[in-house]
Amino acid sequence: MRGVVRRLLRRRPAAFALGFLVAMALACLVGPELTGHDPGRIFPDLVGTPPGLAAHPRPEAVRPALDRLAFRMRLTVRAVSIRDGTAHVTVDAPHAIDPRVLTYLPRSDLFGPATILERAEDGRRLVVSAPVLERRFLLGTDSLGRDLLTRTLVAGRVSLVIGLVATGVALLIGLTYGAVAGYAGGRLDAVMMRFVDVLYALPFVFFVIMLLVFFRAGLGLILVAIGTVEWLDMARMVRAQTLSLRRRDFVRAAEALGLSPATILARHIVPNTLGPVTVAATLLVPKVILLESFLSFLGLGVQEPDTSWGALIAEGARALESAPWMLAAPAAFLVATLLALNVLGDALGEALDPRRDGLTDPR
Amino acid sequence: MPTLFAVVTISFFLIRLAPGGPFDLERPLAPAAMAALRKTYGLDQPLPVQYLRYLGALARGDFGPSFSFRDLGVAELLARGLPVSMTVGGLALVLALVLGIGFGAGAALRPGGVLDRVVGFGAGLGVAVPTFVVAPLLQIVFGLGLRWLPIAGWEGGAPAHLVLPVLTLALPQAGLLARLTRASLRETLALPHVRTQRAMGLPAHRIARHALRGALLPVVAILGATAASLLTGSVVVETLFGLPGLGRTFVDGALNRDYTLVMGTVVLVGICVIAFNLVADVACALLDPRLRIAR
Repeated sequence: MRGVVRRLLRRRPAAFALGFLVAMALACLVGPELTGHDPGRIFPDLVGTPPGLAAHPRPEAVRPALDRLAFRMRLTVRAVSIRDGTAHVTVDAPHAIDPRVLTYLPRSDLFGPATILERAEDGRRLVVSAPVLERRFLLGTDSLGRDLLTRTLVAGRVSLVIGLVATGVALLIGLTYGAVAGYAGGRLDAVMMRFVDVLYALPFVFFVIMLLVFFRAGLGLILVAIGTVEWLDMARMVRAQTLSLRRRDFVRAAEALGLSPATILARHIVPNTLGPVTVAATLLVPKVILLESFLSFLGLGVQEPDTSWGALIAEGARALESAPWMLAAPAAFLVATLLALNVLGDALGEALDPRRDGLTDPR
Repeated sequence: MPTLFAVVTISFFLIRLAPGGPFDLERPLAPAAMAALRKTYGLDQPLPVQYLRYLGALARGDFGPSFSFRDLGVAELLARGLPVSMTVGGLALVLALVLGIGFGAGAALRPGGVLDRVVGFGAGLGVAVPTFVVAPLLQIVFGLGLRWLPIAGWEGGAPAHLVLPVLTLALPQAGLLARLTRASLRETLALPHVRTQRAMGLPAHRIARHALRGALLPVVAILGATAASLLTGSVVVETLFGLPGLGRTFVDGALNRDYTLVMGTVVLVGICVIAFNLVADVACALLDPRLRIAR
């Protein structure tokens, strides 16, 4: 086992992919807490902010924003100056200004609570200072004004969890089914595998879509739907492994000792299939994530306010012309993760199979 | 045949078990009108009767009336969608085969060479980048940026409208096929008969041709699966590019709870997949004499 890990890590792409995946999982797990934005928080004044390191609002955007606010406060902005992140604004009106209208300022996303510095012309002219709230959106905001980085990371949680759990479901079903069929042999085996053959030819994605449309879509249903679709490969593979293991001496010995079939399966057969099964499972995770994002892309998967990479990509595809980063960010996360998982799975397969091992082990 | 039967049975009961009916509107219909509607479409009968009736009609090639399009039968709707999907899917399949086998073989003949690395990377990317990312990217580049091609639409199958959907469908499959061809051809090139040919001094391109024939077996064997994923991909591609094909028909039908339309689409898709598997099996037997004797 240790040899396998060492062989695996000696391949640079595999080690890199593994490191990337760990980093991605960590980022999705704790990242949303560190970005400083709540994934559901909407900034109506910062809709469609492009990605970048700069703080928003930009200085040149302060005046138009103030003009818009002043219009709602029925005031006119006469002068604006920004010093040390604080805006000094001179406003006037044809009538005495009710200071309560100044609560409009902190209610926007751009300014903090306002204080009145000066009062002139019987209260028709005010000089007000309000802190400009600086916010940074590394990947920009979406078409509702939500921070895209936070949302992408939160979406990653959903995608990764579905990938792992649905793979687990498929693994459990496939492993049990394949091992039982292979170990039982004879007519039971023939019937069970014929059933798999029939299922194999079904246009399964269409069934999943039907399932999700007709019953209300939800996380649980997606897990079940994907898990029950993807176990077929696993079952076939495990059965083939089991068939060859059955004839081995240690299994015969266990039989001769009078162990029950269930014990033999659990103690002797299943542990010996784990190598290839691990490889298949690693390669299944990206398939599952892809299927989930495909469903979410069609609007059948994860529903608002939850989100997944597929759902974000769908939003991005709709806002393609105005905000291309909305597609680019989640797509890049998804593609990089899928690529890393594929590389890792392939390398794991090679590390477990000495015949295909290009690097010669000194031992 | 048992597969087709399973398709029909599973989808029939799945649809009928689902909550909500095709005539549920925002404003409920008068009970009498509802009863009349249900009677017209035979929904007042018990489930087993409906099922047997549907099977009987299907056996006669009758897909039944559509629930959401009043004047059209399901057969007509499918007949409209099928040519569109067939054109796009067929072209994509050809393109994927040409690209996949071509690049895969090229990569296998020079292991570790430039082409091998490029193909390895490209194929990995092709497998990892989903169609629904490729499609918007192509739309940006060729539609909005370069303005060479229309972004969406069908226009009776004008060639310019076909390019982007076909590319979108073909690229991931090409990546998969290239990987498979490369791995398989490399294994074949290591076999004794190839060594013999080399020892006999056959020119490299003749050896490659012999080896390719054997190496294509796994490629042909997964053609059924490829066809299935092309049909699946058509759901996305037809939605994104606004093509009036089977995939769109299916999604629209499902959203409208058009029972017969959904059933019809699934049955048709099932037939396509089964037919493709059959063709792939036959092609395998033609390529590999061993399989002919085994059967």
